[in-house]
Amino acid sequence: MTDQTTALVEMKNISISFGGIHAVENASIDLFPGEVVALLGHNGAGKSTLIKILSGAYRRDAGDILINGEDADIRNPRDAKKYGIETIYQTLAVADNVDAAANLYLGRELQTKWGTLDDVAMEANTREVMGRLNPNFKRFKEPVKALSGGQRQSVAIARAILFDARILIMDEPTAALGPQETAQVGDLIKQLKREGIGIFLISHDIHDVFDLADRVFVMKNGKVVGHARTGDVTKDEVLGMIILGKVPPGAVPGPGAMKSA
Amino acid sequence: MADTAHSTTNTAASAKSGKAEGNPLARFFRATEIDTRMLGMVGALLIIWVGFHILTGGLFLTPRNLWNLSVQTASVAVMATGMVLVIVTRNIDLSVGSILGFTGMVMGVLQARFLPSLLGFDHPAIWVIALAGGLVVGGLIGTLHGMIIAFLGVPSFIVTLGGLLVWRGATWFVTSGQTVAPMDVNFRLMGGGTEGSIGATWSWVVGIIACLAIIAAIINARHQRKRFHFPRRPIWAEYVLVALGCFIVLGAVMIANDYYWPINIARRYAEANNIPWPEGGLLISQGIAIPVLMAIGVGIVMTFIATRLRFGRYVFAIGGNPEAAELAGIKTRWVTVKIFALMGVLCAIAAAISTARLNAATNAQGELDELYTIAAAVIGGTSLSGGMGTIAGAMLGALVMQSLQSGMVLLGIDTPFQRIVVGVVLVMAVWLDTVYRARSK
Repeated sequence: MTDQTTALVEMKNISISFGGIHAVENASIDLFPGEVVALLGHNGAGKSTLIKILSGAYRRDAGDILINGEDADIRNPRDAKKYGIETIYQTLAVADNVDAAANLYLGRELQTKWGTLDDVAMEANTREVMGRLNPNFKRFKEPVKALSGGQRQSVAIARAILFDARILIMDEPTAALGPQETAQVGDLIKQLKREGIGIFLISHDIHDVFDLADRVFVMKNGKVVGHARTGDVTKDEVLGMIILGKVPPGAVPGPGAMKSA
Repeated sequence: MADTAHSTTNTAASAKSGKAEGNPLARFFRATEIDTRMLGMVGALLIIWVGFHILTGGLFLTPRNLWNLSVQTASVAVMATGMVLVIVTRNIDLSVGSILGFTGMVMGVLQARFLPSLLGFDHPAIWVIALAGGLVVGGLIGTLHGMIIAFLGVPSFIVTLGGLLVWRGATWFVTSGQTVAPMDVNFRLMGGGTEGSIGATWSWVVGIIACLAIIAAIINARHQRKRFHFPRRPIWAEYVLVALGCFIVLGAVMIANDYYWPINIARRYAEANNIPWPEGGLLISQGIAIPVLMAIGVGIVMTFIATRLRFGRYVFAIGGNPEAAELAGIKTRWVTVKIFALMGVLCAIAAAISTARLNAATNAQGELDELYTIAAAVIGGTSLSGGMGTIAGAMLGALVMQSLQSGMVLLGIDTPFQRIVVGVVLVMAVWLDTVYRARSK
């Protein structure tokens, strides 16, 4: 949060295009330990694409990613996880047909000394993590399909924090949730923040994230309009950034800012 | 993992509260965590069996018919275990019958033409080399299919449809359409028959080992759950499960032992060994057939792979949500390749069983087997939309299909009508399953 420390994540001048369309153009964002940064913009503004480059789902065409000030080589989701980057996707990327423990450990299963799955150990850890996160969660043996949206979301979040994530990416974390569950996720974010985890919140709805975030980055048409501390700008001003690309005085303009007349 | 297919039934059991509600039957199923869906299939099988028994005037439920049924089921049952994994990942394999034909032909040529000229006739190593050759060829064919599907992005339906034609053609090509016979003496044991069975004593040994394994597995599972303080099944339910498991195993052994050698073979055996021919004939038990043991072995190994190994977990995760699996860092393409390679190996095992049983490798071997294999998997509860299925279910499905066919043969129903019935039953079984799943949601 202070400018002296090195950024946990710094994405510099990132560009990616799909078939000639510049989904993200020359975008730079950063994130410090214990900070919540909201990445805002309309649907199709390029925020999800930008963040998927960080989580390894897409490969960038140009630009650099620095983790703790060092060049990071992220080519696929496995690489990203090595850097402690965990992502919770908008589409709730869980395998519906297996239970919570299987989802939490998907791709990183615990094994016994004979190389078989250590289901009991995984279930035990799952029970512990879920107990911390969502004490009401009891349906450990059921496929995730049978759970409510909030419960599925808590599985997805538990999955991320189980492996000591240092950087957490949440893509529309509350889009599929009711008000009470949204509040739960909010509490969870504050708790993770206290533990020094850096969090990217991606949303197209400013109301979801404004109160949780320390800073906001706004994207429009694949470019960064600008960024600001949430203390320095009002919701309406940020809305202006999202809709018009108009940068208020309290914000730092980016390459996508509306050219002032 | 095994819970995926029957999750809905044991939910309440896992969230065990002090008082159990519902009627005694529901409570029983909850406590024992018996999959009601699987139970439904066993019920359907029993209805088919009893129905045919009555219709054929007592010919169906005889040790002899049940023994034959078990041998006839083995080949398709072996392939069905692999088909489960294929279908679970939302793929299909239409080429298994042709791969069976081709690997069977390869093994046939190896042991009947190539190896005897190299090692001499009836050399004890022939069967091993022939079998290994078939397994390697099967594995390579499967790997090729998997590579094309995973890395070139051609849909599995098309790749294996091509494979169906290619490998059937290749089967013809190997011997220009000639049938290869006879098979090696030792190789023939894999086909069952009088020599290809393990006799009464060994059958009992196998049965008792199986019972001990059941007991050990249940004790171990209980111990593990105790260690981590998870809710456990009530102790009486454990006893019921042990008793049920042992009853089925020992019952099957008893039936297999109750089928005796045909009188002519027994007489020849008696003459060869200077045993005086007793009054009323010499009764020598067949015991469990070797192909059946092979199928059971394959079933156990495949269940282990599907439920206890990472690979199996990935297979189901990919079936449930391919994107999530990919994002979780699973190398989904390699998993696909491995699944098809495994399928190829299983086809070769099935080919060994069926060529050994026929004592010949023909170019029509395994024709239509792809359809029976897929039908067995689907009747056994494998969902074509992916993510759901059990190995045991598919093997039971194979048994259901074979029971229908062999029952109709006993009734003297014509081949065209047999196919009509099998087709109708397949559609009805899947429809019933759809209804069941919709209700249990």
